[in-house]
Amino acid sequence: MPATKNTTPLIKWLFYMADSNLILSQRNSEWCGHGPVLEQDIALTNMALDQLGQARAYYQYIAHLLNQDVQSPEQYTNEDELAFLRDNRAFHNLLLCELPNGDWAQTIAKLFFFSHYQYQLLNMLTQHEDDTIRAIAIKSLKEVTYHVRWSSEWVIRLGDGTEESKTRMNNAIHYLLPYLSELFNPADYELSLKAYDIESLKEKYIAAIEDVLEKAELPIPVSFHINLIQQKGGKQGLHTEHIGFILAEMQYMQRTYPNMEW
Amino acid sequence: MVNPSTISKDELSILLEQIHDPEIPVLTIQDLGMVRDVSWVNDHWKIVITPTYTACPAVDAILEDIGTLLNQQNIPHQLEVTLSPAWTTDWMTQQARQKLKAYGIAPPVEQSDHVCGIQLFQKEVTVHCPQCNSDQTSLLSSFGSTACKALYKCNHCLETFDYFKCH
Repeated sequence: MPATKNTTPLIKWLFYMADSNLILSQRNSEWCGHGPVLEQDIALTNMALDQLGQARAYYQYIAHLLNQDVQSPEQYTNEDELAFLRDNRAFHNLLLCELPNGDWAQTIAKLFFFSHYQYQLLNMLTQHEDDTIRAIAIKSLKEVTYHVRWSSEWVIRLGDGTEESKTRMNNAIHYLLPYLSELFNPADYELSLKAYDIESLKEKYIAAIEDVLEKAELPIPVSFHINLIQQKGGKQGLHTEHIGFILAEMQYMQRTYPNMEW
Repeated sequence: MVNPSTISKDELSILLEQIHDPEIPVLTIQDLGMVRDVSWVNDHWKIVITPTYTACPAVDAILEDIGTLLNQQNIPHQLEVTLSPAWTTDWMTQQARQKLKAYGIAPPVEQSDHVCGIQLFQKEVTVHCPQCNSDQTSLLSSFGSTACKALYKCNHCLETFDYFKCH
């Protein structure tokens, strides 16, 4: 396993992007075979696949960068090792991505909050000076656009639906709110990269989210603006208790049968 | 050292038409526009492939198929995957669209810039049923059996069908 402790801000940030996608992908794929109707089951697993594909693009780039510095061939790493052989403290994903799926509304809300964030961030990264990051951003943005539309339409459908669906959508949003401040609470590697302006990102994000909540006739939470409650740590590798269970399931095969392949 | 003249670039391009997308076997990688570049570099052919979607599971199979084919013909080669420029359905040939329809998958009807719009509840595009050609169809889901497809229903012949969505 490559030493990933003393890595550059760029590599730490790439892990942040890769891990957030991978962990939410793993969560969304838990719905496979359990969706409320077949079409939506397929929709969610398609999005899980997109997120996995995006995670792979970042891991491949990390492996490429790490391999430039290795002294002997046996130290070469690859995307599979990075996904399946790191422990929870090495994962930099947003806490939002590792939270349990809960009911349909909570699953929707997680994807809604994450995909809007990705959309705004990737839009900024399409101008990035690094060719690989720019290529991944342009490619991913097309896929994320579908995720934004799908999740936003569901927020509106449930918010503007029955009493029951409105209550559940509202509960889901309030359950996840404390985890949103982490999106805009920059990690040291984000600050030193100076790849995007977090304040402007936050402004665009809140405007987009509020627009959908308004259409959904859902109350716009005040704490959106003042960040009363903050849950943070994911970006630095400090997680909720959920991450261990996710990794145990996701990494089991590779750790039990090292170097196995499909 | 193999002389590049043993196979020309055009011949190699024709050879690559033997490689099909394992998920939509009626289409070749050339039909889909996945082959981005073929060039002779020093002592081998460099072939650049781009995936349709980031997670397209067919890419690994396609790379393996190309490797096997070129090895059989003793053609020295190196395969490269690039994400840029990002693949779009605009690159699909007219021939590919006709083959898709005959196969039972409705081909993309719009330009790809449509997908980049973030407007919610967009008006559905009119997609003709590949079975009965009716335009009385409706979208069931923007996501289908593979990443590149959406699911439609024909209100005339009542069949459901795949639509190769714009990307």
